[in-house]
Amino acid sequence: MHRLLFIVLVLLALPLTAASAAERPQIQEFMLKNGMKVVVRPDHRAPVVVSMVWYRIGSSYEEPGLTGISHVLEHMMFKGTTRYPGGEFSRIIAEQGGRENAFTGRDFTAYFQQLAADRLPIALELEADRMRNLRLREEDFRSEVQVVMEERRLRTEDNPIALALEHFNTIAYPLSPYRNPIVGWMEDLEALTVADLQRWYQRWYTPSNAILVVAGDVEPQEVLRLAERHFGRIPARATPKQRKPVTLTSPGSRRLELSLPAELPYLAISFQAPSIATASEDWEPYALTVLAGILDGGESARLPSELVRGQEIAAGVSASYSAVARLDGQFSFGAYPARGRSLHELEAALLEQIARLQEEGVSTDELERAKNQMIADHLYQLDSIFYQAMQIGLLETAGIGWQKLLEFEERIRAVTAEQVQTVARRYLTEPRRAILHLNPISGEQG
Amino acid sequence: MRHRLLSFFLFALLPGLALAVPPIQHWTLDNGARAYFVESHNLPIVDIRLTFDAGGARDGTLAGLARLTNALLDQGNGGQDAGEVAFRLESVGARLSGGSERDMAWLHLRSLTEPQALEQAVDTLALIVGKPDFPPAAFERERSRMLVGLQAVHQSPDELGNRAFYRALYGNHPYGSPPDGTEESLARIERQHVIDFYNRYYSSGNVVIAIVGAIDRAQAEALAERISGALPQGPAAPPLPPVTPRGERHEEQVPFNSAQTHILIGQPALKRDDEDIFAFMVGNHVLGGGGLVSLLTSTMRDKHGLSYSTSSHFVPSAQPGPFVISTQVRNDSADRAIEVLREVFLDFLHNGPTPRQLELAKRNITGGFPLNLNSNRKIVGYLSSIGFYRLPLDYLDTYLERIEAVTAEDVRRAFQRHIDPDTLVIVRVGPQQEAPAQ
Repeated sequence: MHRLLFIVLVLLALPLTAASAAERPQIQEFMLKNGMKVVVRPDHRAPVVVSMVWYRIGSSYEEPGLTGISHVLEHMMFKGTTRYPGGEFSRIIAEQGGRENAFTGRDFTAYFQQLAADRLPIALELEADRMRNLRLREEDFRSEVQVVMEERRLRTEDNPIALALEHFNTIAYPLSPYRNPIVGWMEDLEALTVADLQRWYQRWYTPSNAILVVAGDVEPQEVLRLAERHFGRIPARATPKQRKPVTLTSPGSRRLELSLPAELPYLAISFQAPSIATASEDWEPYALTVLAGILDGGESARLPSELVRGQEIAAGVSASYSAVARLDGQFSFGAYPARGRSLHELEAALLEQIARLQEEGVSTDELERAKNQMIADHLYQLDSIFYQAMQIGLLETAGIGWQKLLEFEERIRAVTAEQVQTVARRYLTEPRRAILHLNPISGEQG
Repeated sequence: MRHRLLSFFLFALLPGLALAVPPIQHWTLDNGARAYFVESHNLPIVDIRLTFDAGGARDGTLAGLARLTNALLDQGNGGQDAGEVAFRLESVGARLSGGSERDMAWLHLRSLTEPQALEQAVDTLALIVGKPDFPPAAFERERSRMLVGLQAVHQSPDELGNRAFYRALYGNHPYGSPPDGTEESLARIERQHVIDFYNRYYSSGNVVIAIVGAIDRAQAEALAERISGALPQGPAAPPLPPVTPRGERHEEQVPFNSAQTHILIGQPALKRDDEDIFAFMVGNHVLGGGGLVSLLTSTMRDKHGLSYSTSSHFVPSAQPGPFVISTQVRNDSADRAIEVLREVFLDFLHNGPTPRQLELAKRNITGGFPLNLNSNRKIVGYLSSIGFYRLPLDYLDTYLERIEAVTAEDVRRAFQRHIDPDTLVIVRVGPQQEAPAQ
């Protein structure tokens, strides 16, 4: 049930901010004495709250041989403490009418509860307890790691596209730890021990490596008071400083031809691209965001218009870019050929769209359409307090800071047609490019 | 320690929760369309959801027709091509999505309430539902894309399992036919079929218009008038035929080369207006619908480490929708998993929930109720359901008390009334085992 939040790429991009000052989120930040950060986003539309604890640890921190450890630890966090043994945590939250879950990404592991607003203290007490008192027992681990292997079989091994993308990531990210599958390689899961988990927990689950994000029908000062009471008494501990991993920004053109038992051919094209955290010029990630919107921000965007309708060469096509990442990310395309069309034809047509954009740039109409849609989408996202808390956590664990939320609309509005063309020329280049062809072979059935 | 913590919170809450329920306004238009409206001024946005009794259950012998029709609605309208129509929406920041399942087909528009944007968005929505051209080229293209979609189905054990499960449960009943069609049925669909389907089922008398957002009643009325006025004027669809129980046990293996075996166990169960629905809801929560703490999930996952995901759910529908227990396990654990699931389920069926389990489930459902209503998107979903299934307008107001009123005996009776353990359908998707694994 703990959902693995896989492929941050797909996470609809981008934190967008409010359309007007009236809707501008009133976010407050506090720092506890032990170094734990608390961010509160009041939203009084309904008497509910979402509480999340985010740790700055995920698959991109994992060394070779230890892939998947962050995610397995996420599962083990539900196995109980001395005070609340076994499944007590989940039982109490359920009894309180709450919903809870957790997810692991490349740069984070996060736990959340959704509750009636006046039950927030329960969530905080339980989270604070398992931040320091987790009992990692051999017996629980043996059974839970089996559950994780089932999760891997379900999500990856029996899903040809997921399996192909897992392989593709090893060439799309030739050096960056973003190549690691979040769920981990099966061999690493098999070799994992409870002692490894104990070390991981000790090293990374410290107050100064954690961020509490609370959104909903709450007052910031009251949340601070509760956070001090529950998390504030956890002693400060140094969090190891990990050196930023080396990534190759321009590794050279790469190609993976993969034949798997499947029915549907699939094409992926990825280009190394900076995130807000890594960009040398701070407007670039916003221009890349707008570029993704111009290519694939709706039915009137370029790729559906040109490739799905127009040429009818794709049955489906998407472009995506995530500006929120700790390390360099990717500007990616995924596509299925239309019936009777080949992956090679589709690849050529997609690359031609990119070339056209680089040469001719974009029209004012397209630019305005894309921007208006992004700004409206941002406003729509205010309808979900869960999503708002997510955005804060993602920005914090990427090392960008939630404050960037407040600039987003302004930044998007400022993007010019020229900047869009510039980033297309600068980043969608051959030396940054990796291409995947998934060629189906008929599987031996039964 | 924890008891002190809990007792503090136990009772204070229920009365306050009723505040979460928004007042629903409802009216019927002269053309037969039914409108449901919640005024909400928290954000300058509006959600408009049109729900038609035009799902796959109306496909007849042409499986996939309802979905194809829904997909084609915005692919060319009043002489404008799909890109032009989409640009009208997208340039003012509106979002349109659509879809169809067995009972329903829908379109969901989300727009800013800024007058010019809203005007253009609603205008375009009226154009989409009122003047679809179904251009021949678009028809061929969308049908071809559905065929590509079927290839995706054939590489997904989950999808294959669902198709086999519905087929086994419903046979020739309309629910037995896959909403995304088959290669054979899609090949038989002609453009005229789509046009006829649209004229019959996208009619003014066959739509529920749900609206939530920062507009007033007069605006909502005008909007409903404008949209339903654009539709073909005609009556509601007749009721679907009743479901005939299968009357015998059925086991089936869908051969598939996968690392896991997918298992589905179930039966047709409840109609949406069944009086047992609240008892069944509470019971299913205990059994397999309540997340990690529910019986099936904790037994399969925590006790045996057999699966990542095990759950039970039921889909109350216009006619009895399925009750289903589902899981995925390693191939060599499939027999054992079925044994474990049967054991837990039969025990529950015979004995019902313990008082403690019942209490926990009720607390979770009632305590979590405000979470169901904390966004415009969720509220507009409820309005559509209330309208489509003609539930009472006070459905949400009485929800908590009806949950609270459920007894263990109610649960036991409801499950025994709707589920016959001797005629369960069991579908597996996975490699054929050489010999039964022991």
